[in-house]
Amino acid sequence: MILQSTSLPLFVVLPLAGAFLVSIAGKKIKAFPDLMGSLTTFCVLVLSLVAVRTVNVSGVLVSSIGAWKPPIGIAMVLDGLTAFMLVTVNLVAFAIAVFAIDYMEKFTSKWKFYTLFLLMLAGMNGVVISGDIFNMFVFLEIASVASYALVAFGTERQELEAAFKYAVMSTVGSLFILLAIVFLYSYTSSLNMADIAGVLLEKGTGNIVLMISVLFIMGFGLKAALVPFHAWLPDAHPSAPAPISAMLSGVLIKSLGVYALVRIFFSIIGLTPEISSILMSLGVLSMVIGVCLAIGQWDFKRLLAYHSISQIGYVVLGIGLGTPLGILGGLFHLLNHSLFKSLLFLNSGAVEYSTGTRDLKKMGGLAKRMPFTSGTCLTASMSIAGIPPFNGFWSKLIIILAAVQAGRYGFAFWAVLASLLTLASFMKVMKYAFFGQLRERWSQIKEVPMLMRLSMAFLALLCVLGGLLCLPQFNQIFLEQAANVLSEGTEYASIILQRISQ
Amino acid sequence: MLVYLLCLLLFSIGIYCILRKRNIIKIIVGVIISEYAVNMFFVLVAYRMEGRSPVFSPESQIENMVDALPQAVVLTAIVIGLATTALLIALAMRIYDKYGTFDITKIRELRG
Repeated sequence: MILQSTSLPLFVVLPLAGAFLVSIAGKKIKAFPDLMGSLTTFCVLVLSLVAVRTVNVSGVLVSSIGAWKPPIGIAMVLDGLTAFMLVTVNLVAFAIAVFAIDYMEKFTSKWKFYTLFLLMLAGMNGVVISGDIFNMFVFLEIASVASYALVAFGTERQELEAAFKYAVMSTVGSLFILLAIVFLYSYTSSLNMADIAGVLLEKGTGNIVLMISVLFIMGFGLKAALVPFHAWLPDAHPSAPAPISAMLSGVLIKSLGVYALVRIFFSIIGLTPEISSILMSLGVLSMVIGVCLAIGQWDFKRLLAYHSISQIGYVVLGIGLGTPLGILGGLFHLLNHSLFKSLLFLNSGAVEYSTGTRDLKKMGGLAKRMPFTSGTCLTASMSIAGIPPFNGFWSKLIIILAAVQAGRYGFAFWAVLASLLTLASFMKVMKYAFFGQLRERWSQIKEVPMLMRLSMAFLALLCVLGGLLCLPQFNQIFLEQAANVLSEGTEYASIILQRISQ
Repeated sequence: MLVYLLCLLLFSIGIYCILRKRNIIKIIVGVIISEYAVNMFFVLVAYRMEGRSPVFSPESQIENMVDALPQAVVLTAIVIGLATTALLIALAMRIYDKYGTFDITKIRELRG
């Protein structure tokens, strides 16, 4: 089974339709939101797995919306990188939708949660699949607006404060992105990404492209929470309900931030050595500062949020190296991070579900009462700390090897150091939360319900098996396809334009 | 040239408002102002000197029309801005309910 180019809009339409149906019928029929949430995410997950196969069988697909042929009309493009991101996003979204069935019981109006969740998913899929730069901006805003509302979902004091901070900073980021799009349009007179890339190749790059690059780095850097722009993340991610924290840290900052940044700098503007060094420096800065700030945290979710900044640094460093191996490592780490970080946030949600606290000092010995959560958390901690044979080890190894290969010994050193600090801070989590003496007040708590365990087990299994993607058979059809798109750079333009004219 | 500079001035005023003001409502106004500045800049980019509206009819000659695409695009951007602003104001109302103040220096429970 392979996809046709006409079925590309389904990635956006399905979650959007799910959100619509949940919002009209979810209030009356009790089980409907749960069912719809899991069903929709599952369908989209299957579709994205089919998309990987499609890319392998028939190459790049381009679909034009509304019968206007690109570059005039809006295009949706499915290539290796898009298929890779779609799988990442929808895999995590499916696990989270299953987890949320039980977890969200304690909140009122669950249907609103699912509406916003599916809306956010539609936005993220749209960003990834869009081949039109303004359309990408629109989807980016759909996902962002839904995420502001989801951060404030608990409507308590801290949640509102975090949501307001996040909303204002992220809106400013969006403004910079829009401004960059305006400049890009005024220079190239086109909004289609492939067409823009073609015009830029023809016209050459001047000062205006430099200005556009700076604006894009500011805008997408804010969305991806790279270090000088990270201030909103440690507030916003812990304040959301656990499934949403998992979604935000796991995939939102990647599809809105890293993917968009990489797509624009590699495929459209073209990677120059200067931009490459800027990306690498930002990556190393985020990596080191994020993990240093994380070690001192006592709030479980806040600690995890700081680690997101640090791990995003690895991804950006790997991709920023610009060598095929570096890109491969960066993308692999992107996938791995979305798996283990969402698992860790789900674990923190499970602990909060049972004990009602996020403070590591108050926990202790939970492994005796919650063996399952403790086991999956141990798996995820070892993955993020880079212990073999878990998936995090392989991707970090590839990134460090790529840095050494490119002659960037300093960056490789910082990557190793940050990895050690990550290990230290997760030893702290395991020690204070799960190991040691069981406290008296936690002697009556129960393990979390079945569906929550199922979803955590699913992600933990993927963390264990993730390393297998390094094997040539799997690598060839999945990771390498994505890495090739970035290695090709601005040839993107000719590939897409050729597909359109067929 | 002057209009572009005024546009930049408007954008700067908005950013200044967001960065320096302590009142939540004023921050939201800052967001709105800078949003309008960007939208206006987009329309200005599409303007041609002495241009006429881009409506096509068989009688008239196609010459000196303003660029129609940014106008359509800006409409979308305005709608997005509306959604963001509505959400920000809703958040501001809920914050006022909980904290009893709009002053962001007093709304600081998250730190570290």
